Amino acid sequence: MAQRILMKGNEAIAEAAIRAGCRHYFGYPITPQTEIAAYMAKKMPKIGGVFLQAESEIASINMVYGAAAAGVRVMTSSSSPGISLKAEGLSYIAGSDIPALVVNVQRGGPGLGGIQPSQSDYFQATKGGGHGDYRMIVLAPASVQEMASLTIKGFDLADKYLMTSMILADGTIGQMMEPITFEDAEPKTYEKPWALTGTECKRGHNVVNSLYLKPDELEKKNFERFEKYKHIEENEAMWEEYMMEDAEVCVVAFGIASRVAKNAVAAARAEGIKVGLIRPITLWPFPNKAFAKVLDKVRAFVSVELSMGQMIEDIRLATECKKPVMLCNRAGGMIPGPDEVLAAIKKAEKGEF
Amino acid sequence: MEDKRLTLFAGHYGSGKTNIAVNYAVKLKNEGKSVIVADLDIVNPYFRTKDSERELSELGIELISPRFANTNVDLPALPAESYRLVADKSVYGVMDIGGDDRGAYALGRFRDAIKAENNYRMAFVVNMYRPLTSTVEDALEVMREIETAAGIPFNAIVNNSNLGNETTVKTVTDSYEFVERLCDLTGLPLWLHTAESSVAEGLRGVPVLPLTLQKKYFELPK
Repeated sequence: MAQRILMKGNEAIAEAAIRAGCRHYFGYPITPQTEIAAYMAKKMPKIGGVFLQAESEIASINMVYGAAAAGVRVMTSSSSPGISLKAEGLSYIAGSDIPALVVNVQRGGPGLGGIQPSQSDYFQATKGGGHGDYRMIVLAPASVQEMASLTIKGFDLADKYLMTSMILADGTIGQMMEPITFEDAEPKTYEKPWALTGTECKRGHNVVNSLYLKPDELEKKNFERFEKYKHIEENEAMWEEYMMEDAEVCVVAFGIASRVAKNAVAAARAEGIKVGLIRPITLWPFPNKAFAKVLDKVRAFVSVELSMGQMIEDIRLATECKKPVMLCNRAGGMIPGPDEVLAAIKKAEKGEF
Repeated sequence: MEDKRLTLFAGHYGSGKTNIAVNYAVKLKNEGKSVIVADLDIVNPYFRTKDSERELSELGIELISPRFANTNVDLPALPAESYRLVADKSVYGVMDIGGDDRGAYALGRFRDAIKAENNYRMAFVVNMYRPLTSTVEDALEVMREIETAAGIPFNAIVNNSNLGNETTVKTVTDSYEFVERLCDLTGLPLWLHTAESSVAEGLRGVPVLPLTLQKKYFELPK
């Protein structure tokens, strides 16, 4: 087995990206994700890669757009306010059907907000952020190991479906340290016949563009893109189930909130409460199947979020509002303790909403 | 090695400086010395000395930390009280220097006073299981960058090689060869091995500082 190493979540993303064959990083520093840029700054020059600190977030996402159009594996990373600045570029990349990896290590908002951990960019990541009809694959790591594995997975999904994969992490997972392992696997490679690599006078010109002069062509492109999204919704949803076999109360949480929730579920089980956890790993596509499966057995759901309640809307959609969904949340950079989640579980069990 | 009046812990970010500074201050206090800890970390927004403020104050150890530590103000400003560490020669001072060379710039302000008094230990904290200091050459590169920024050369090495909650006695003993080579290459003495208390009990025949670590709310249930 490969060697165990002790890494920060942010470093794990950077190292995983390098191992996935990414040699182009464009970014702009912002707490709490700066270690990604710092790691890239140290490593990229030693392996023939490009680390470039752009003059702004807007510049960096457009550098990603350009490099992606040229067919290389490319990424950028930022935190909440910086992702807002990148929104235009994200829309253009989506409209051009090219692959990129974008990391958001979330902090409290709205506005400049704060530097402490948050999950309040769920809407921005899963419902748009930029303009137009588009989706991004949104991956939510809950450990340093997953920061690495989902980064590699994110590059593969982006190349497979020609779209952006977003790693939606938070400040705590970005900053915390855990031992992890990298498997010695060669990165997957994908044919990119559409890329702007130079024709060498052997083929016609490729064009990467998001502008359509005729509305019927733009409409056709949108319908085609949503056929692709439908396929992804059916095939790429990922989630973890914890103690769900006989659960009558179901806690739903992703990322750092799921770690706190797991402790609360374990504590509730010790008191004889039949409770389990569904942890969405993909936030888009949302793991609707996980909910359909348990809808008959579960009496109530508890959404644990570091926001004012955003994922809770997707839980209501996934459960078709057939069962009550309760919110247990902190915001602004605060994290609920296991005791707060345990209290919410007990309320849900008793039907007190 | 005897304790110096001033002890400075510096190293790559995530090497364990903060935990070691807090535990070393407690050790000094338990020996009856009066101790001040200064958090000179102007880099790291999370997981700081400030997190141990209550434990330290209950033991009668004073903590000087940036006024905005653990708030949303990402402002690299050190408090004026920091000067007491160099000015008041009746106390033992422990300094937690921020990560990498960026953090070490903060030390520059105190450099001349520290060198003039000449009763200090500048300790390089290293963990060979961290990816950017996993070879002796990489560790040396980080070391030289910090020294250049701080203006004070290291004169001791602290081996904090660990794998978080997976650390065993073997994890630490496996790092001895790495640390010996770093000592040979730099000509500096190994001052301490550090490890969480239960692991430290298993380390024989070497100087060890056992560490009590903060419990984290997001550890997963066993």
